[in-house]
Amino acid sequence: MDSQGSAAPMPVKRPPLRERSQGAVVDTLFARTTQFFAFLVFVLLLAIMASLVIGSWPSIRKFGFAFVYTTDWDPVAGVFGAAVPIYGTLVSSLIAMVIAIPVSFGIALFLTELAPVWLKRPLGTAIELLAAIPSIIYGMWGLFEFTPLFGKYVQPFLIDNLGDIPVLGALFQGPPMGIGMLTAGVILAIMVIPFITAVMRDVFELVPVVLRESAYGLGSTTWEVVWKVVLPYTRAGVVGGVMLGLGRALGETMAVTFVIGNAHRVATSLLAPGASIASSLANEFTEADDPIYTASLIELGLILFLITTIVLACAKYMLLRLGRLEGTKS
Amino acid sequence: MVKIDKASTPIFKRRKLVNKFNMVMSGFTMAFGLFWLSWILFTLLRDGLFALDLSLFTRNTPAPGSKGGLLNAIVGSVLMAGTGTVVGTPIGIMAGTYLAEYGKRGWLAPATRFINDILLSAPSIVVGLFIYTTVVARMNHFSGLAGGLALSLIVIPVVVRTTDDMLRLVPDSLREAAIGLGAPRWKMITKVSYRAASAGIATGVLLAVARIAGETAPLLFTALNNQFFSTNLWGPMANLPVVIFQFAMSPYDDWHRLAWGGAILITFGVLGLNILARLIFRKKI
Amino acid sequence: MSAIEENVMPHATVAAAEEVRMSVRGLNFYYGKFHAIKSVSMNILTNKVTAFIGPSGCGKSTLLRTFNRLHELYPENRTTGQILLDGEDILDKSVDATALRARVGMVFQKPTPFPMSIYDNIAFGVRLYEKLSPREMDERVEWALTSAALWNEVKDKLKQSGNGLSGGQQQRLCIARCVAIKPEVILLDEPCSALDPISTARIEELVNEMKKDYTVVIVTHNMQQAARVSDYTAYMYLGELIEFGETDKIFTKPVQKATEDYITGKFG
Repeated sequence: MDSQGSAAPMPVKRPPLRERSQGAVVDTLFARTTQFFAFLVFVLLLAIMASLVIGSWPSIRKFGFAFVYTTDWDPVAGVFGAAVPIYGTLVSSLIAMVIAIPVSFGIALFLTELAPVWLKRPLGTAIELLAAIPSIIYGMWGLFEFTPLFGKYVQPFLIDNLGDIPVLGALFQGPPMGIGMLTAGVILAIMVIPFITAVMRDVFELVPVVLRESAYGLGSTTWEVVWKVVLPYTRAGVVGGVMLGLGRALGETMAVTFVIGNAHRVATSLLAPGASIASSLANEFTEADDPIYTASLIELGLILFLITTIVLACAKYMLLRLGRLEGTKS
Repeated sequence: MVKIDKASTPIFKRRKLVNKFNMVMSGFTMAFGLFWLSWILFTLLRDGLFALDLSLFTRNTPAPGSKGGLLNAIVGSVLMAGTGTVVGTPIGIMAGTYLAEYGKRGWLAPATRFINDILLSAPSIVVGLFIYTTVVARMNHFSGLAGGLALSLIVIPVVVRTTDDMLRLVPDSLREAAIGLGAPRWKMITKVSYRAASAGIATGVLLAVARIAGETAPLLFTALNNQFFSTNLWGPMANLPVVIFQFAMSPYDDWHRLAWGGAILITFGVLGLNILARLIFRKKI
Repeated sequence: MSAIEENVMPHATVAAAEEVRMSVRGLNFYYGKFHAIKSVSMNILTNKVTAFIGPSGCGKSTLLRTFNRLHELYPENRTTGQILLDGEDILDKSVDATALRARVGMVFQKPTPFPMSIYDNIAFGVRLYEKLSPREMDERVEWALTSAALWNEVKDKLKQSGNGLSGGQQQRLCIARCVAIKPEVILLDEPCSALDPISTARIEELVNEMKKDYTVVIVTHNMQQAARVSDYTAYMYLGELIEFGETDKIFTKPVQKATEDYITGKFG
């Protein structure tokens, strides 16, 4: 042991206790600057909302509430109603959810319970990469690669087998063109799967190990543990994840624009071309020459923003609720 | 001798069967997910690789029927993504710093965190509309700058979120140690907290860059497009995603080819950034 | 409890011969609504080691942390009363916390090396208060590491990260970092609780060395440690100072029954 511990102390000048160091001024400045930027982020949402309201004011004044439920979309006559794109947005997102929820659940289950440890990371990363692919690539791939095969094999199959069923059959009518709302829904599903999966996987891992172990200890099968213990425990988080995915699907633009067909028509059949809010904006905004046309498109954007904000706020609320149940301090 | 062998009761058998079925289904969903990823990547490689040649990087976007490349679009994309990152990153880091380091009291931090998470998933096309009404409509023309600003609005929430998360992972004991030495708070944050969280924050910025590199929707009516080479941020500017969109939607084969070339560039660029971000993150934490 | 008054008095006589460095006067501490320290008064003597002992949750760490105003980091914390450092009330708003911390340094339970090199860990604190030439800084770093009995072990790897050291070395690095800014008082908050016995022995040895130049206050849950290293001991229970006096006396013939029970292990 070295007992060199007693190096001679050096004399030092003491700062007087009662003098404000210049650090204090910089400190306040730094704190205020960060606060200012946080406030900037805070008002951004309101600013977007306000700018859209102002931009769409002519349309709001002219069409009033009828804008939401009328179907006319006539740039020549200057008459606009948003029912078609709203319907298209909702239906394509709904289809996406019907496919994406069970699949995401399955993948999350696989990643948390089934996959061997050495496979967890690469498989998880692969699914996350699905989210990293830019949406325009989904659109292009959808248009050139997926649509022809979908129109050739899947759609005729649906028409032949489901088209004759009363009521439900109405959804599967018309020529198999490849494009349309169903196609958009399928591609949207692939796009939101990674988001929902990520949330589900994260919340599944929040379940206390003791809870999981005691369920296994009773003799439960993996499925019973997941279905009866893990899922009820994480319900709020799972719903939050689904809402998050829904929010993404509602606002997705490029992929949908490529494959939905861009027709301002109401059709019951899911195979018919339609339009979504985002695709209408992408296609028509730069072509709109009439102020009322532009204002109507901005109002479409406003409606989309309102819907997604509400959905995402619900998602966030559900996730926060799970966090509180967990007792983790956020 | 009466012995109940529980392993052979009908209930037990049914439970095992249900379990087996669901586990197999779970495996299928995993395969389903991987199937799409490989299909998309396969298509990109098949159609994109033969579109890749040097002229992609040396020539500008052509008129239909003539030869050309994507030089102006690549340069425009780099310029706008650069603008978006340069504008968005400091704002995001500062706001994130407030949330994590000063957010213990008051309403602003939790409220901002909530709103930031909404912005994180908000439709990017609406961000484009916002910049259109606030910048483009006022300047009366489309510009690369407007495009860059739109992208910065997408960068901000990503950076805010990761900065906040990563700073909150820094143990309080480290902060106390710095404060205990007499470091003023700003020095504690810039010298200790940032350093401890640097890998995480860098990851966040890289992911943000990856995200905006492929963003199309917010550029459609901010930067618009430009057939010619331009580095003027005040005028309309070409960019890869919008060029891909226009060329892919066109009826011309040689434009399609260029679109595939652009698509493969963007996708592998973005995936590369993502993987790089992950590597940095894993190495440091 | 009348015990408190009785216990504050005796060391006034003890203190007469010694120099008082810090003096706690009627200190109360509130964590939100929770009353964590109840009117504690005591004197901390210059160049002595004072130990705070007591069962966990008794407020000993809380008391220590108010000595360099770390409690201010959390808005729900509140204090009343005074803590005098050389006659000045450090809890007074007009006292600059930064300046205070230059004079009252702190070492924590778990080693907290900053995410930077060993050299920069030491230099970080020094740079907060002084502008030194590179040569002076080198000397200061060597001096501080020598004081913390770490120099021989790290002199060849000053540029490496502080995280690469062993737990005991990290803790001595933190002590060196604290010593480097030349405080008058050094606060040690259970500095050995995360360390192995050998590292603990080295730190204890170091504490003995340190009292030549500094006033040391150490919080520990280990009574043997308190007996080994300290000159004065304060026993706290549920936020109250039960007994305070010379370590020898506290451990051989405590005045209070409660102290005796704790020390002999009947409780706690």
